[in-house]
Amino acid sequence: MGKPIKIRAKLKGDIAEVKALLPHDMESGMRRDPDSGELVAAHYITDVTIEHNGEQVLVAYWGTAVSKNPYIAFSIKGAAVGDVIKVSWTDNKSDTSETETTLK
Amino acid sequence: MKIDRRSMLRSLLAVAATLAFPKILFAARADKAFEATTSDEAIAELLGAVPTASDKVHMKIPDIAENGAVVPVTVSTDLEDVESISVVVDNNPTPLAASFDMSPKTVAVISVRIKMGQSSIVRAIVKAGGNLYSTSKEVKVTIGGCGG
Repeated sequence: MGKPIKIRAKLKGDIAEVKALLPHDMESGMRRDPDSGELVAAHYITDVTIEHNGEQVLVAYWGTAVSKNPYIAFSIKGAAVGDVIKVSWTDNKSDTSETETTLK
Repeated sequence: MKIDRRSMLRSLLAVAATLAFPKILFAARADKAFEATTSDEAIAELLGAVPTASDKVHMKIPDIAENGAVVPVTVSTDLEDVESISVVVDNNPTPLAASFDMSPKTVAVISVRIKMGQSSIVRAIVKAGGNLYSTSKEVKVTIGGCGG
């Protein structure tokens, strides 16, 4: 299980503005260990899925060039108080993490 | 490569694990596009066509990135029927950084932070109504985000 995702969602009218922080090393596989000089194995998030009340509304596919501890911001239309926003990811080692938040 | 019983079993188990826990699918990640080593190749692999420059695609990214490991980028568009938004960094070893599949329920604005190995042209490509539109900007990097 990956580290928990931090989500902050704010409702503006019927649009939910969501910011999410996904703690992850995002190793590109091109970085060398400073001590041993060996390449550090690639370990990065490949898929991020955003669900609004259980319906997929946004899917992100990432390569190795997304920064460490990725941050994403997006907005969802047609949102209301009590709606559930879920963010989940899968990395190249099949590790996963998911977190959900309820709009206030 | 020599295949003995142990390594055979191990690879079979790995295959079984992938089948048992499939990735959630919207489309499917275009792995080949992420492995491509030139922007043109990555875009062709991911989107299958050449985008046309458009002033309806907007990209907010610093002119000079002090730290190539964390370059904030925001892509937005005035276009309707947005299907996907992708970010490509020409001079990165694998130029395709991220691609977002949008739905009618998402507002066409995406922010993400990317790594840049060196100064490069950064492209934002929007697929809308079946067509591809792009905008690009040169970003100077003072400290690279790849290597140690």
